[in-house]
Amino acid sequence: MTMALQTPSQTVGPYFAYGLTAAQYGYDFDQIANDVLVPDDLPGDRIHIVGRVFDGQNTTIPDAMLELWQPDIEAFGRIGTGTDPKHRYHFETIKPQSHDGQAPHLVLIVLMRGLLVHAYTRIYFSDEAATNAQDVVLNSVPQERRHTLIAQRHQVNGHTEYHFDIYMQGELETVFFDV
Amino acid sequence: MENKRDWSVHPPYLHPGYKSTVLRAPSKPLIPIKHTLSERGGPVFGMDSIGALDNDLTKNGIKNAEPLGERIVVAGRVIDELGQPVRNTLVEVWQANAAGRYIHKVDQHAAPIDPNFLGGGRCLTDDEGYYKFYTIKPGAYPWGNHPNAWRPNHIHFSLFGRNITTRLVTQMYFPGDPLLQYDPIYLGVPEKSRELLISKFTLDLTEPDFALGYQFDIVLRGHNETPFENK
Repeated sequence: MTMALQTPSQTVGPYFAYGLTAAQYGYDFDQIANDVLVPDDLPGDRIHIVGRVFDGQNTTIPDAMLELWQPDIEAFGRIGTGTDPKHRYHFETIKPQSHDGQAPHLVLIVLMRGLLVHAYTRIYFSDEAATNAQDVVLNSVPQERRHTLIAQRHQVNGHTEYHFDIYMQGELETVFFDV
Repeated sequence: MENKRDWSVHPPYLHPGYKSTVLRAPSKPLIPIKHTLSERGGPVFGMDSIGALDNDLTKNGIKNAEPLGERIVVAGRVIDELGQPVRNTLVEVWQANAAGRYIHKVDQHAAPIDPNFLGGGRCLTDDEGYYKFYTIKPGAYPWGNHPNAWRPNHIHFSLFGRNITTRLVTQMYFPGDPLLQYDPIYLGVPEKSRELLISKFTLDLTEPDFALGYQFDIVLRGHNETPFENK
């Protein structure tokens, strides 16, 4: 059977904002998803995920776009790093539960100018050490790199914040998956 | 059945001719992942995500007049690797105006902004996988990659498909564009699959006395996967 060739990927480029994240950047167009994944009244532990994206010279990247998929509740978010003065991204959701025999996690899609194919990674949680130790995907990652996938829990101004920086290259390079 | 990105058709992360890849391309090999439920799901968007004029970029940015430039139809079919239609999936597009200027605040190219053209749009594919946009043919524009660098005319596309593994962000180009042979973003794609990014002019889509038609079919990863049922 002949299979059709997959249409090749191209970079999202520097000018995605008014098309994909218009409301966040103040353009006169709406967007299909934003930084808040869940309605206000959804029961669960409300958490914030905050971080930055760094290039190979440890410079923060101001024109990345991140998409977050939360499998346990089928929620989706999208944000660009260009509106925060420190180029931070921010997501708000409820803490994921273990499901499918896996440790609680989120799937993160990373897109930016200079990235010809989007990259996939996962966010795990620092306060889930026991389930993390049993997780099949985490265990497939060389031990010395697993820490790049684990968001660190902090209490900030009375709310729970997980810090998760993404390094495209270098010593701290985030693990990206061939999904 | 698990299916993977076919790395023989996609560009590599590091493509030094496109300078921004040098400090942004992951340098370590990707780690293969066996698909779990997390990879078999993905966001589903319905008609409530789509505004009445969202697929008509000639109208959705109007302030007081029609946008300037050559009106075109861009349409095609979204299929999987076995040729099955990818139904009711979100297609987002964004592009420069006819003068080669993006409305984006970061774009400093000294070409005029068209006050009646935003350049962003979206639609869902229908039950047979077809989509259609009305827009203005985008202009070429210079960029800083190398001396006298110009991007060929292009429209950015973003698609989701059946789950997060089928996500695709790409660019559609126009037939016969002399800038393609110099464009490192386009040339980052292996030779055998470059043609897949070039739309075809067709009279079948051309609307008499109104707009030229370009066909751009899109093949997403996947074959015979049970669509993930979303709520």
